[in-house]
Amino acid sequence: MTSLLATVGLVKRFGGLIATDGVDLTVEAGEVHAVIGPNGAGKTTLINQLSGEIAPDAGRILLDGRDITGEPVYRRALMGIGRSYQITSVFPEFSVLDNVVLAVQAHAGHSFSFWRPLSAEAALIERARTALAQSGLAARLATPVAALAHGERRQLEMAMTLATSPRLLLLDEPMAGMSLAESERLVTLLATLKGRYGILLVEHDMDAVFKLADRISVLVYGRVIACGDPAAIRANPEVRAAYLGDQDAAVAA
Amino acid sequence: MSPAVRRRVDARVVVAVLLLGGLALVPMISSLIGGPFYITLFTRIVIFALAAVGLNLILGYGALVSFGHAMYIGIGAYAVGILSHHGVGSGWIQLAAALAVGAVVAVVIGLVCLRTSGMAFIMITLAFAQMFYFLAISLKQYGGDDGLTIAARSDFGVFTLASNTVLYYTALGVLVACLIAFHRLVYSRFGMVLRGCRSNERRMAALGFPTLRYKLTAYVISALVCVIAGMLLANLTKFSAPSYMAWQASGDLIVMIVLGGMGTIVGPVAGAVALLILEEILSGWTTHWMIVLGPAIVLIVLTAKRGIYGYLVERTARHAEAGASPS
Repeated sequence: MTSLLATVGLVKRFGGLIATDGVDLTVEAGEVHAVIGPNGAGKTTLINQLSGEIAPDAGRILLDGRDITGEPVYRRALMGIGRSYQITSVFPEFSVLDNVVLAVQAHAGHSFSFWRPLSAEAALIERARTALAQSGLAARLATPVAALAHGERRQLEMAMTLATSPRLLLLDEPMAGMSLAESERLVTLLATLKGRYGILLVEHDMDAVFKLADRISVLVYGRVIACGDPAAIRANPEVRAAYLGDQDAAVAA
Repeated sequence: MSPAVRRRVDARVVVAVLLLGGLALVPMISSLIGGPFYITLFTRIVIFALAAVGLNLILGYGALVSFGHAMYIGIGAYAVGILSHHGVGSGWIQLAAALAVGAVVAVVIGLVCLRTSGMAFIMITLAFAQMFYFLAISLKQYGGDDGLTIAARSDFGVFTLASNTVLYYTALGVLVACLIAFHRLVYSRFGMVLRGCRSNERRMAALGFPTLRYKLTAYVISALVCVIAGMLLANLTKFSAPSYMAWQASGDLIVMIVLGGMGTIVGPVAGAVALLILEEILSGWTTHWMIVLGPAIVLIVLTAKRGIYGYLVERTARHAEAGASPS
């Protein structure tokens, strides 16, 4: 069976620093594959190569067995790769609804339409409303994004990513900066998405990772030092030494 | 829509209608005062307003600061000059040639320039404009440095631009048509993509938009509006000269936009009116009028953050607010 996503010998160097060091990794359809590792391990660099924002120096990226290593960002998005950013990346000058409408619009044919106002595109708006209702922002449709609280912006970020109807989600620390209640709500949302999308989850919140992940890869200095199910990762002595340490104790408690 | 928002929208319409209505009355007022001078001045104003509105599509809505759009005014002007020099006086042929050449140049230069952004984009657009400036100077058979005199204004069959009044209303008509089209464009799918790219291009690509294609289209539209402005300018002055595409002319367009209000449809019109009238008045007083105009621009830009147009809208809205609230 071909994996939804596979990387083969992925390498990325920044000068003398090896940020990605021969990474082989797969994400199966419907699976949550978490990537954890200390700061500077190359997690965001990995996601940026998968989404196409930076080009690897060596290796290949396959989506459904098809080589997409040379494809630009937008085409990967159209093929079904949706991503969210570690630092919230939305359109601050638009309303909440318009942000999601743009996301829907990207996947609803070309946008060389110069005369008809977007507000008359009922189909786009309907789909955007549905996406917002799912992510719990239905009451904030007309609010300018600049007026949203941090947690709400993270929710919006998620709603936009989902509105592009992706098959593979690349989530770069979706819980970053969220309150406890907010991240619990997001874990619940992600749990409902599990099975419907392949998800590559980069996250520092170990509670969330061990709750959601089917498999966990541990990245240290750009290299995958371990990959396995949560129980195996928790028991791996190398991982404990390199990374988990006290946080593992907290999870076990 | 909240009442306050609606009042702001109304205020915008009021200011735009007053501004354009005022411009529509110019030929009548000019003939009452009895001098062709005013209609010539205001034709120039309307033509530069058109060019500034064109540039503002990418500058205000795409955050692409092109410092070379006078090049497209030059292409329009030379299309009229060169064709007329060879005895082609048909406005339609001139228009078709000008738009075709302008589009090819804009696509090629746009594809190169749009790979850069920020300061690099400003510099590379300036460099291309300077290349065309010196190209025009080197065209010895078309007047070189001295420019090219045009024997007759464009003839559009059903009408000719020979009369100053017809030329004025043609220019104003094109300007109004362009304003209406851009007003629609900004709120269309295309306009949303353009504004999205201004706000966060990286995210636009991650959502699945081929951003270069949309930015290039906007760049070409904006260039073609300037080409048409150049054709009208050549008709007004019966002359096409390299100075039309000098970098100072590109700079003037940017000043008009900033002065009038960036990222508003009608703002550049207000900016063009203000800049060219100020220039006219001040240059009558002293040959060193730049010394006065410079600080005046700085003052206006600093006091009215959204430009003259933004200031007028704000005032009109506040006025309506005061009228609406019961005393």
